[in-house]
Amino acid sequence: MVVNCEHVWQEVSNYLEGEVDPTLRAAMEVHFKECKHCTAVLDGTRNVVQLYGDDRLLEVPAGFSLRLQQRLAQHSSSSRFRGIRPIWMMAIAAAALVAGGLALGSATVFRHPELRSPLAQSPHGVPPNLIVYVSDDSRVFHAPGCKYLHRRDDEPAKQMSASEAMKQGYVPCVRCLRQYLSAGVECPRPSTLSTQWAEKRVDGLSPPPGL
Amino acid sequence: MGSLPQKMNVQVKTPDAAEIRERELLRRVQAGETQVFYELVKPYERRIYTTAFAILRNESEAEDAAQEAVLKAFTHIEQFRSEARFSTWLTQITVNEALMRRRKAHSEIMEPIGEREEDDGTYTPRDFADWREIPSEVLEKKEIRQKLASAVATLAEKYRQVFVLRDVQHLSIEETAEALGISRASVKTRLLRARLMLRDLLAPGLGGAWFNRLPFEKGTKPW
Repeated sequence: MVVNCEHVWQEVSNYLEGEVDPTLRAAMEVHFKECKHCTAVLDGTRNVVQLYGDDRLLEVPAGFSLRLQQRLAQHSSSSRFRGIRPIWMMAIAAAALVAGGLALGSATVFRHPELRSPLAQSPHGVPPNLIVYVSDDSRVFHAPGCKYLHRRDDEPAKQMSASEAMKQGYVPCVRCLRQYLSAGVECPRPSTLSTQWAEKRVDGLSPPPGL
Repeated sequence: MGSLPQKMNVQVKTPDAAEIRERELLRRVQAGETQVFYELVKPYERRIYTTAFAILRNESEAEDAAQEAVLKAFTHIEQFRSEARFSTWLTQITVNEALMRRRKAHSEIMEPIGEREEDDGTYTPRDFADWREIPSEVLEKKEIRQKLASAVATLAEKYRQVFVLRDVQHLSIEETAEALGISRASVKTRLLRARLMLRDLLAPGLGGAWFNRLPFEKGTKPW
């Protein structure tokens, strides 16, 4: 293989990189022995690479490291609440809101029944043997003759004692049995409040007799 | 005719201990231990500065761009994937930051050497002066360093970038291609041109003119 000067100039950089195949390398070495110009190009290019490869050529300005660290520290502290973290903070805030809402919606009302509407208070002093009526359509018991007893036409109203109705989870009608509903005096619902009293979750109130 | 240097034929390879330490630092930073981020960047300070300088050709602008690149790397460290080299990723960010600043500034008034030439791999040397081997001691002279830096600054950006990454910072051909987002073949073509252009620029000086004490012998002044 024989190479001319133009071919050598095109490959001189690859030659220095060691990226020419053995055949071409051998041909170029033969050419360098015979061609003074190409040898000058090779030597000059090698000198360029060696000189510019020296670390002394391009120096980093004095104090560069210190200034970089200072700027990084400033950026790091200022981004604590806006850089990397905002997404996490928003997620945490959203979770906190949801959790807070759930807590308000459950714990507050169930743990503090006095916060309910007065009409939603549990019954107090209902005569246990009072005959009341219930229907399958609601969880409310009524005094005989109450026009708010809702039932289907084909469904007869069930009759039972007030104590039995409360035992089954029925609550007094706020209209016909209003006198047995008084705010601030608890008469717990059988299933839920008895448990809460037992766990002493209701502060400042004495548990009703029997609980 | 020997080929160049050990440096030329050896792929830049971080020692294993350094690689392990870098991976550990990366893991800690990505886990939120951001205070150790500087330790991760420290080995590459010179590289990011010289990369920015190669593009911007101004010390203060290069420093500012280098700092900004580090801050961007810090902010986006969670996006870094370990299949890439951290040093290459950092260099890419620096190149992009410097190029963006350069485009904004429109600072290039004079067209540099080689800007319009195509990457067809051909270049005809203009000077065939015989060079002696240049001793590295010449770099002790600030004047020589300035002349070499000025010569690089005259190259067109595409050649200067490749030359600085490969020959000044000793990145491999592959790393240079990756950092600049160009092909391996383009890196080799641009590198050839950059080296030959610099050789032509420097040949008169490094061939002897810069080392002569006086341009004229005593008593032979031209006036």
